[in-house]
Amino acid sequence: MNFLDQIWLIPLFPLLGAALMLLLGKMLDPQPVSEVAVAGGVEPVFEHGHDHDHQHPHHHDHHHGHGHTHDHGHDHSHGHVHSPLKFLINLICPGMVLLSLIFSAGAVWQLSQQTERVHQVIQFTWLAGLPFHMANGQMAAFQADWGFLLDPLSSVMILVVTGVGFLIHVYSTGYMAHDNGYYRFFGYLNLFVFFMLMLVLANNYALLFVGWEGVGLCSYLLIGFYFHKKSAADAGKKAFIVNRVGDSGFVLGMLLMLSVLGTVKFTDVNTVLRSGQFAVETGGFGVLSVMALLLFIGATGKSAQFPLYVWLPDAMEGPTPVSALIHAATMVTAGVYMVARSSALFSLTPKTSLIVAVVGAFTAILAATIALVQNDIKRVLAYSTVSQLGYMFLALGVGAYWVAIFHLFTHAFFKALLFLGSGSVIHAVGGEQDMRRMGALKDKIPITHWTMWVGSIAIAGIPGFAGFFSKDEILWQAYSSPLGSPLLWSVGFVTAALTAFYMWRLMNMTFYGKSHVPPEVEKHIHESPASMTVPLSLLAAGSVLAGWLGTPKLWNLPEVFRGFEAWLEPAFTPAVAAAHEAANAAGESSMELTLMLASILVAIVGIWVARVLYCQKPEIPDRIEARFKPVYTLLYNKWYVDEIYDFLFVDGLCKGGGLALGAFDRDVVDGGVNGAGWLTRFSSTVSIWWDTWIVDGAVRFGSFFVKMMSYPVCILETGRVQTYAFFVVVGVLAFLGFYVTR
Amino acid sequence: MHPIGTVHYLALSTALLLIGTVGVLTRRNIVIILMSIELILNAVNINLIVFSRALHSVSGQVFAIFVITDAVAEAAVGLGILIALFRNKETVLADEIDLLKW
Repeated sequence: MNFLDQIWLIPLFPLLGAALMLLLGKMLDPQPVSEVAVAGGVEPVFEHGHDHDHQHPHHHDHHHGHGHTHDHGHDHSHGHVHSPLKFLINLICPGMVLLSLIFSAGAVWQLSQQTERVHQVIQFTWLAGLPFHMANGQMAAFQADWGFLLDPLSSVMILVVTGVGFLIHVYSTGYMAHDNGYYRFFGYLNLFVFFMLMLVLANNYALLFVGWEGVGLCSYLLIGFYFHKKSAADAGKKAFIVNRVGDSGFVLGMLLMLSVLGTVKFTDVNTVLRSGQFAVETGGFGVLSVMALLLFIGATGKSAQFPLYVWLPDAMEGPTPVSALIHAATMVTAGVYMVARSSALFSLTPKTSLIVAVVGAFTAILAATIALVQNDIKRVLAYSTVSQLGYMFLALGVGAYWVAIFHLFTHAFFKALLFLGSGSVIHAVGGEQDMRRMGALKDKIPITHWTMWVGSIAIAGIPGFAGFFSKDEILWQAYSSPLGSPLLWSVGFVTAALTAFYMWRLMNMTFYGKSHVPPEVEKHIHESPASMTVPLSLLAAGSVLAGWLGTPKLWNLPEVFRGFEAWLEPAFTPAVAAAHEAANAAGESSMELTLMLASILVAIVGIWVARVLYCQKPEIPDRIEARFKPVYTLLYNKWYVDEIYDFLFVDGLCKGGGLALGAFDRDVVDGGVNGAGWLTRFSSTVSIWWDTWIVDGAVRFGSFFVKMMSYPVCILETGRVQTYAFFVVVGVLAFLGFYVTR
Repeated sequence: MHPIGTVHYLALSTALLLIGTVGVLTRRNIVIILMSIELILNAVNINLIVFSRALHSVSGQVFAIFVITDAVAEAAVGLGILIALFRNKETVLADEIDLLKW
């Protein structure tokens, strides 16, 4: 079977699943009445048929800690009600993603057999526009096809999306087992996979934007999955609105590209940009730099970079599998993918690339400092995601595109793993998300513990695990690349230390030390079912193995262990080649080795400090907190960025703008209307006066004059026949007299 | 004694014309007015006959017959109008019927 020509099918499978779920799902997932019957009277008011109402029927006496429940997936494994219809959903939705995964794997395999690793399938012309004048005066016609492009870059992405996506689907069948709106959840999840595949498989920016907006929509729907909860609904709106800010940049960038290059098709754009028609904009901030900057603004929205990262931590209001799939592994990396896809553009614009690198580094360290003091397990991971995305942009900014994609690839494994593991923990302790009420869970949920251990080691950057290889390569590129600098490296380096610390703070507070779990919860701690632990284990394996595709050159391992760079090279030439040369030129291997050892050292120190502070001597953090109260408060409140935005934009710009607009409306618009009204009334008054006195006056005077003149005549008109006859006689006599006397 | 000639007849007709005219102008009763109109018409008739005889032409006599016919028709219509008028206004006096003014 020729998978390459069937790549258009890859996104269609999840779309089919989504259509089935969203159109027919209600029939497949009737609210099981039996649940109410066995609920033991815990929730007597359970409105049947009102399936969005999130009344959790409890099947056991285990309903403490519900007051602070943030995540509702924890009910599962107690009193399963396995309806055959639910089984059908479990079969269809992950099955569709599995089909996509199989087709993706087949297509990527066949792609790797080709000499030129670019395969384009164009289904039909989607948008065709009239010819227009480009900025340079040439004519061009806008055209966007419904076309799919499979090249090394998109093949990495589709494998990540379908592979991690499939595991998370499987996990969700266990995690969401007792949630209302089961079909709705899976429908949205499949819809998300569809849009994400459209995003990464599109062969032009316009179609990419369709996927881009589609995943934003699914993100909104899934963050607000528990929409009866105000905070979740608000978080969904926040994500959507903040993303719109970035999207405006994307659209403007796309239009500028159309105006300057005359096309939005990736292959054409790359051909034009690499043809030498445009010089590298080293000096000033030219049109290409503006274009790249606008596209990057779009990426900051979707990929949660400063200043638009604020929506991502709030997005943790969604169910945990959603956080893992959308807000850690795939969707938020869309910005990284898009910038990497535009590498030909960014490699011509060093000024914008510098901005990208600085924003990435700043975001990385900002989010890492916030993550140091957060107590909500999912929030720590959310800020960690923001921080890791910052790393990816740092790599993009210094021109190391393949490293950014490599980090994206490894990060997808370990961050999905960490999120799913945290979901498993939350589920084990009855919906609790506050790490201060956890601890010593190591032996009670061993599989969760060991898989999360692998994930934390991987993200901390211990050699042999995936995170080490990608992060270390980023740090080395940040130091050695022509666009890099020791300053960028040092920011990344400090962030690496912070990362190791906050991840192991999380691990220690959750799994080690003394238990702070309330005793009544403690009795019910249980390991998750196989549907959850098997994906965890597979992701853990990925978190170890994924990194071995990109080992440092320094290690001189066989070529297969550096396959990732070689695989991606066609997508990024010659940008990569340039960076490569420079890296090689600058790279005294001793320097690389020193930096590598340093980063390993800080990772170990971070882990050790976390161990000391949060496991061995748990009283120290409180002392530190008391000592550096202002700093702690600042970090705990996330640098008050949300408050500043509230003040500046929500209250300032929106409400203040609303007030200003209100005043404008009242005084200027209404004033204009009222003034126009007054003017009309005034002119009508003048007109009435004119009409009454001048026009009517003239008419009346005319009639009066005629009337006056008529009075003498009226006297003659007596109405008597004989008078008239007398006049006739007089007249006759007068004529007679005239003729006779003549 | 002079034989009665043309001049005498003309004098008679002039007298009749003047009597009729004064009657039309001065009398109030519409019946009398209509009778005065007959006098005027007959004055004309006499003139026509006189000049027919004097000029040896029958045209005048033929005209007189036309005038008589006309007088008959006029009397019939006039009396008809008078009766209709009386039915509405209860009067036959010309000076009380003075609607024909501004």
